Amino acid sequence: MGLTHTSTGAGAAEGALVLRRSGPDQRVVALAGNPNVGKSTIFNYLTGLRQHTGNWPGKTVANAQGRCTHRGRGYVLVDLPGTYSLMAHSAEEEAARDFLCFGGAEEGGGRRRADAAVVVCDAACLERSLNLVLQTLELMPRTVVCVNLMDEAAARGLSVDLEGLSRLLGVPVVGTSAGRGEGLEALMDAVEGVIQGPAPVPCAVTYPPPVEAAAAQLAPILADRLGDRIPARWAALRLLDEDPSLLAALTAASDWNPRTDGVVQETLLRIRMDLERAGVDRLALRDAVAARLVGEAEEIAGAVLARRNPDSGGRDRRLDRILTSRATGIPVMLLLLAGVLWLTIAGANVPSDLLASGLFWVQDRLTGLFTYLNAPDWLHGALVLGVYRVLAWVVSVMLPPMAIFFPLFTLLEDFGYLPRVAFVLDHAFQKARACGKQALTMCMGFGCNAAGVVGCRIIDSPRERMIAILTNNFVPCNGRFPTLIAIITMFFVGTAGGPGRSLLSALLLTGVIVLGVVLTFWISRLLSATALKGTPSAFTLELPPYRRPRVGQVVVRSVLDRTLFVLGRAAAVAAPAGLVIWIFANVQVGGLSLLDHCTGFLDPFARLLGLDGVILMAFLLGFPANEIVFPIIIMAYLSTGTLTEFSSLEDLHRLLAGHGWTWLTAVCTMLFSLLHWPCSTTCLTVGRETGSFKWTLAAFALPTAVGMAACLLVATLARLAGLA
Amino acid sequence: MSIQQTLAALQVGQSARVSQVEAGPAMRRRLFDLGLIPGTQVTCTARSPAGDPAAYLIRGAVVALRGRDAGEIRVSLLPEPGGTA
Repeated sequence: MGLTHTSTGAGAAEGALVLRRSGPDQRVVALAGNPNVGKSTIFNYLTGLRQHTGNWPGKTVANAQGRCTHRGRGYVLVDLPGTYSLMAHSAEEEAARDFLCFGGAEEGGGRRRADAAVVVCDAACLERSLNLVLQTLELMPRTVVCVNLMDEAAARGLSVDLEGLSRLLGVPVVGTSAGRGEGLEALMDAVEGVIQGPAPVPCAVTYPPPVEAAAAQLAPILADRLGDRIPARWAALRLLDEDPSLLAALTAASDWNPRTDGVVQETLLRIRMDLERAGVDRLALRDAVAARLVGEAEEIAGAVLARRNPDSGGRDRRLDRILTSRATGIPVMLLLLAGVLWLTIAGANVPSDLLASGLFWVQDRLTGLFTYLNAPDWLHGALVLGVYRVLAWVVSVMLPPMAIFFPLFTLLEDFGYLPRVAFVLDHAFQKARACGKQALTMCMGFGCNAAGVVGCRIIDSPRERMIAILTNNFVPCNGRFPTLIAIITMFFVGTAGGPGRSLLSALLLTGVIVLGVVLTFWISRLLSATALKGTPSAFTLELPPYRRPRVGQVVVRSVLDRTLFVLGRAAAVAAPAGLVIWIFANVQVGGLSLLDHCTGFLDPFARLLGLDGVILMAFLLGFPANEIVFPIIIMAYLSTGTLTEFSSLEDLHRLLAGHGWTWLTAVCTMLFSLLHWPCSTTCLTVGRETGSFKWTLAAFALPTAVGMAACLLVATLARLAGLA
Repeated sequence: MSIQQTLAALQVGQSARVSQVEAGPAMRRRLFDLGLIPGTQVTCTARSPAGDPAAYLIRGAVVALRGRDAGEIRVSLLPEPGGTA
């Protein structure tokens, strides 16, 4: 649910990072590391930026950069996506490896490699982190190893001998607890140290003799061609492994193509034959290299880790038993969802009313001001009754639920619950022949479907990623919650407050979301059987340790970053939409307003779906942002009705009922809100992520068709049964 | 004599040592990156509500694998600490 300009804005899908240095003496430092070890926390702390953080692997899906100053010197930090390895087999791993190998393009042309790399490790899971460290050291001698989460490791009874680790690795090692900002000054000192001083001579992993012999034969030939761009031994090992993505990247980044280089190919052929004679085929070579790295990491970790508490994960295992077991996994998940929604609805009621009264009080004052200034009626109408009133509606309806929902959700995210959701739901995705990580992208969709679509990059299989992208919109984003909540409250629960009623609202909303999730499974299965035929691919899902959420920080960050970001985006769309709707309602053509013409045109079709012309037009006008759909409906009714003074949901209910809303209209509007085209931001994001007009169209048409079918079915059945 | 089986058959709480990884090249690589190579000790820590996938403790990290993937990893069961198995 990373809602930032980089995740949903124009920069979301730019594959290549363009380095922006403010001066030639600024250092470029790459931050690498396993997923979920706190790279982005370190990055945010040092740069003052707000890359999305949370306790689940895969939050950072693209390279991000930021600047920092340390002891008067400027640095550009590049936050690489989390990777387990540099032997790329996913998009993130390729992005990380390519940046370490070839650097990034610079503004004004040219490429620049990083001056140094920082590999961030998880102190509590050092052994696996070291695998990536060893691989990075083969590629980048100027590396600092940052052992992060020292505080968490200490709490688990683990201590790391940092000096010993530095001796064994041959590069500086710094211990940090990034959540508390500890050790980061020392980290930057060490970074400057490896850049200024002579290049460290890191420890080299010794592979089995046949592999070493082969690398030794190939390396000198490559050294001639690569110069000092990439270490020849590393390149030799990768060529022996025949990593096709590296070959392509190598050709793209330099003027040298190893595949058309006769000498290299000849040597490779000879080496392969030697290796085969020694009984080492390509697969065995790959296994031998990987196994040696794991073995070396195990030895080093064994030497520097002290007091390995045998029951260090006991608390996590017990929590897992409650949160994921057969008896309690799904009930607890539904309870948590309903609980979050209940708190959102119950908590938002009063502030929503207060905001509405306050903002409409301001509207009256504005009207007074316009009258006092003798402003023309049309100006008052366009600015106050158009622009201001829609803005006021968007803010009063949207802000309170968002300001409660986002922090609550972020707390669950910080705690480490989201991967457990993926774990619990995976079986259903497996049956739908999709990837279990799709659940994570759905969770992101709760915040913003555009962010959810970008998040689909965590799914490696292109087929399964496409399924996740096409179905992300079936999860209602935050912009649709307020509409759903308002309709549920007005038509199914009653507007008089009370804890019981808000609980009922929460349960109904949970039901709507569960419907969206069930439809996601069905549509995924349908896609797997038709346009995206295939069998599920293998995948691994990491379940990180539970962390105590940093409550204060979560609340502040989620309100400032997410809530205000989303609200700002909605307001930017709402203001012009308010103007348009006012003009539509007030410009007369042939005795009828433009609005009446439009809604009249849409009305017959909309009635078939259980809606009316105004509702359908509001959804059409709400294409730029779902947040404005409901305010537009209200505006449109207001412009044709006589009721102008109201501030509560009760008045609103009367307004809607006065325009012919029945329980069926309410149900169909909710269904259509859950199931219709993605907003324009999401469509653009799908376009960028898939690079295909056809698939973008599918992402648009699929939920729309499902929604229309569902509304038609419900409306027809209800009418046939004489219920409405 | 240890009992040979696949990782998928491991019960919650049981531990085993990996003897062979028979997964396809891509998954094999992924598993090796996670440190799951022959000789590695693995413990099953949880099963999802449907029984599949299951979660395994591998070198200090908990990783979930689907049954069909875990079924391609051959292991030999380790005696439970304090148990008689």
